[in-house]
Amino acid sequence: MAAAEAPEDSGSYVLHHLTNLKLDLRTMTVDPQAHGFWVLNLDSVIFSLVLGSLFLFVLLKAARSATSGKPSGLVNFVEITLEFWENQVKEVFPQANPLVVPLALTIFVWVLLMNLMDVVPVDLLPFLAGQAGVDHLRIVPSTDVNITFGLSLSVFLLIIGYNLVFKGPIGFLKEVLSHPFGPWLAPVNLVLRIVEEIARPVSLALRLFGNLFAGELIFVLIALLLAQARTGIGGIGLAGLGFVAHLAWAFFHLLVIPLQAFVFAVLTVVYLSTAAHSHSEDH
Amino acid sequence: MDINATLILQMIAFAVFVWVTMKLALPPISKAMKDREVRIADGLAAAEKGSKALQDASTKSDEALKAARVQAQEIVGAANKQATQIVEQARQDAESEKTRIVASGHAEVQREIAQAKDALRRQVSELAVAGASKILHREIDAKTHADVLNELAAQV
Repeated sequence: MAAAEAPEDSGSYVLHHLTNLKLDLRTMTVDPQAHGFWVLNLDSVIFSLVLGSLFLFVLLKAARSATSGKPSGLVNFVEITLEFWENQVKEVFPQANPLVVPLALTIFVWVLLMNLMDVVPVDLLPFLAGQAGVDHLRIVPSTDVNITFGLSLSVFLLIIGYNLVFKGPIGFLKEVLSHPFGPWLAPVNLVLRIVEEIARPVSLALRLFGNLFAGELIFVLIALLLAQARTGIGGIGLAGLGFVAHLAWAFFHLLVIPLQAFVFAVLTVVYLSTAAHSHSEDH
Repeated sequence: MDINATLILQMIAFAVFVWVTMKLALPPISKAMKDREVRIADGLAAAEKGSKALQDASTKSDEALKAARVQAQEIVGAANKQATQIVEQARQDAESEKTRIVASGHAEVQREIAQAKDALRRQVSELAVAGASKILHREIDAKTHADVLNELAAQV
């Protein structure tokens, strides 16, 4: 176990688990200490892409064998998921265009898969990677703000796009300047609107990141407890406590994982729906 | 925790994934689902039509059966009537035959009575002649007294 390297130094163990495998794009070297914008979190990117590709692979496989006859197991599963999101979107955003359902489906499944990496034992893959000579590895992409912001900023761009498409540039501008306090308080309206629009992607990204990061951190701490149990005096008691704590947290986390994926996808649909829906029609 | 180029790559990957999902993966699945919906709807409609046709057919067969029953009753009625007619006719024929036979019997009897009367009359006249001739002891010329004899016979 990675903790075995420095069982006495819990701080560095935790820190080690929270450090990405970084690729400095300026020097093209792997450097965990790299800073600045032109750095790639290789582990996040690779796991994110692999999981996303897995999603696409399953989806395309289902698409190839989709028939109007009796659906087989995999196709059935995909169809249930798809139908679930079609119904969600129909409920929240009735005038949705064809982009919304695939968007929600992609977000939900992808985020779910990324979150599910959290139940893989925290030391398993980093340990294997360590044997292969890779010293840092974070396997849960959704505990990386870059990944969650990557999703939420894309959603943010789509919100702006939907505003422009559904209301027209003039209509959008008019709405930004005249709501909620009327045209005489245009600057206040503008500031409020900017805050509102920025709050959305930030809250989307930080909610997911915060939940998953906290979850991972707790798993790391529980693992630390177990690692120290060997050297402690009441080792068995500590190990038992760690085992119970790990089990309890894993159960709880199994609720958090799909919930966060669902919340991210549903909020995306809701935001797009409000973007398409003119505020002036409310009154 | 710093923001870096991972963000850009993630956005690009996201766009690609959504695009592939929208353009390549979902259309065949959605189409299959819609086709299936249509097929199920068609199947249900066909079943509905079949059951309706069945109902129609059973109504029609009921009607045909009823008509056949009515017709059968008519035929039986007509046959009964005809039978009574035939019996009646036969009775009438027999009645008239009887009357005729009785009448002819009567006529025969009458004729025989008349014949017998004639014969009797003739015998009476002969007896009368014979009696008279015995009484008179002399032969009466039957020829000359034919007028008298005939008159006598007519009187008997």
